[in-house]
Amino acid sequence: MKHASRLDAVRVVPVHTRQPPSRARRRAVRWTVVGFAVLFVSVLIGLFAGAVRIPPTGILGWMVGAGTLTEQQRAILAQLRLPRVVLAGLVGAALSVSGCAYQAAFRNPLADPYLLGSAAGAGLGATLVIVLGVADVPFALPAAAFLGALGGVGLAYLMASTRAAGRTSTSLLLAGVAVASFLTAFQTYVQQRDTDDLREVYAFILGRLGTGGWHEVLLALPWVVLASAVLLASRRLLEVLSLGDLEAASLGAHVSRDRAIVVIAASLATAAAVAVAGLIGFVGLIVPHAVRMATGASHRLVVGLSLLFGASFLILCDVLARTVVAPGELPIGVITAMIGAPFFAFVLRRSGGAR
Amino acid sequence: MHWIRSLGGLLFLAISLVGSGCAAASSSAVGGDLSSAVPAFPVTLHAANGSVTLASMPSKIVSISPSATEMLFAIGAGDQVVAADSYSDYPADAPTTDLSAYEPNVEAIAAYEPDLVVYSNDPGDLQTSLDKLHIRALEQPAAATIDDVYAQMQQLGQATGHVTEAQAQVSDLQAQVAQVTASVGDAGAGMTYYYELDDTYYSVTSDTFIGNLLGQLGLTNIADKAKEASSGYPQLSAEYIVVADPTLILLADTKCCGQSATSLAKRPGWADLQAVADGGVVELDDDIASRWGPRILQLLQQVGAAVQERAAA
Repeated sequence: MKHASRLDAVRVVPVHTRQPPSRARRRAVRWTVVGFAVLFVSVLIGLFAGAVRIPPTGILGWMVGAGTLTEQQRAILAQLRLPRVVLAGLVGAALSVSGCAYQAAFRNPLADPYLLGSAAGAGLGATLVIVLGVADVPFALPAAAFLGALGGVGLAYLMASTRAAGRTSTSLLLAGVAVASFLTAFQTYVQQRDTDDLREVYAFILGRLGTGGWHEVLLALPWVVLASAVLLASRRLLEVLSLGDLEAASLGAHVSRDRAIVVIAASLATAAAVAVAGLIGFVGLIVPHAVRMATGASHRLVVGLSLLFGASFLILCDVLARTVVAPGELPIGVITAMIGAPFFAFVLRRSGGAR
Repeated sequence: MHWIRSLGGLLFLAISLVGSGCAAASSSAVGGDLSSAVPAFPVTLHAANGSVTLASMPSKIVSISPSATEMLFAIGAGDQVVAADSYSDYPADAPTTDLSAYEPNVEAIAAYEPDLVVYSNDPGDLQTSLDKLHIRALEQPAAATIDDVYAQMQQLGQATGHVTEAQAQVSDLQAQVAQVTASVGDAGAGMTYYYELDDTYYSVTSDTFIGNLLGQLGLTNIADKAKEASSGYPQLSAEYIVVADPTLILLADTKCCGQSATSLAKRPGWADLQAVADGGVVELDDDIASRWGPRILQLLQQVGAAVQERAAA
């Protein structure tokens, strides 16, 4: 029943073709500027805030190369705080842009990295690596997460394609739900069998933004950049796909192939995020919606804006995770859900409902 | 074994600590005095799970608490233990089985036909299920203080007919603990420590058993500033640890997470910490650090020696 009502909610997102092109363009430019400005401010806040108080003037000086800070303060900024801000930005951007892509590709407002089995697959891959004790092998964890993510989506594809109806977005989504449940159950089984590593696995599931300095940033960066570039380049494709399979086909799109490209790129971004930060919920679902509702923009613009606002959102959530109970920390997943849900409700009300 | 590393283990520790204060303390109020003139059985114990009456000396004990297993063997009741849980790996002749201490399976426990079950953690219906099978059980929750450890050892002594040995062990332990604190003296005053549970900076506050124990050496715990973050087991911010620059870093994640003085030096921003640079990193045994058995003395001695070393440096 639940799934049926989910799918009833599928709607076509209106394409704003009636506006004069110049106006749409001006809006695109305006929101892009806002997006970058918000990201810049978020990074600043991320650098200023932390368990340890460092004078803001000193931080500003450090950014332009002037040295009033102690060596230790500089080390904290450069080796602990900045990499974490960057990692939060990367993960937030990756989850948001993949959520945006999934939502458009499957024309379902509830689609996100967690619905199609990609995050569940990545989680299973990572759990296996941790339990097998090979997590210290370079690239083992991200590789397993990526293979798991693609495996999850691939499984969903296989299941959906055996249906007589073919790979419609509805059957694919249903298959994704089944695959995600199966993989999650399997992961739970693996971790229960191996209680020694339970906490490590739990930390992964609750989401955590690294303690590894720049190492994790470098691990995720290439994949997030690659996937984001593909999705940005496919932003027109996303808009066409979001119209519906028939409409897209009539516009000359190769629906299955185009959707596969988008899904693979989105899964890559998801896997990169999951590999370095564990499972951080809610970001991929709400950021694209919030952006769409706030800007009223089409998918073409929302893809890029999701990157920017997703990065800002997770950076700010992590600021709270780092400061609310300082010098202790809160799990980032708790913050994203507690901030995300009310914020989402606010945007929903303000915009008068989902379009 | 390394069960403390599991989040579940931590949660259960945190939860059971709440109940343990009253639980362990009451065992001294056992009916019947300890003089040899009085027969040891029947005996009524006032444990965390209520009054437990044992008609005769148990000979088939199942222990699903690694700490209790260590205590049982220490007081000479090891021969009476027929099965111990999968983490009860000490002493070497403990009858380790695949019984789970984490999610106890009553049928699997009952298969050993025990006349006494000792457990530290009832995740739900362990006690009620054992009651239905008329199996006597003793709940010994995680200790909050070292006095709880003494009380639990004495209680096990009464339960197994080893009152005298238990008392001797406790007296010996007390004397040696006193010796450690005496030899450390006030060398620990002004020293701070960071106790690491895993490599994501989970730590313990002074409200925990281990924090309480280390507090006896006069050390100040840097995690106490994060008390509001968690009841006893906060996750600390890396930058806070770096700035706090503790005198000692105590690693309870050498087995679980392969941490060592060497690996600490490689962490971003850690190489310059005084503990890392000047040999103030103490590599503890995860298992000893996560139990409240007789081996806590070893841990205390290890940390005590480090304190003296740092004071002399």
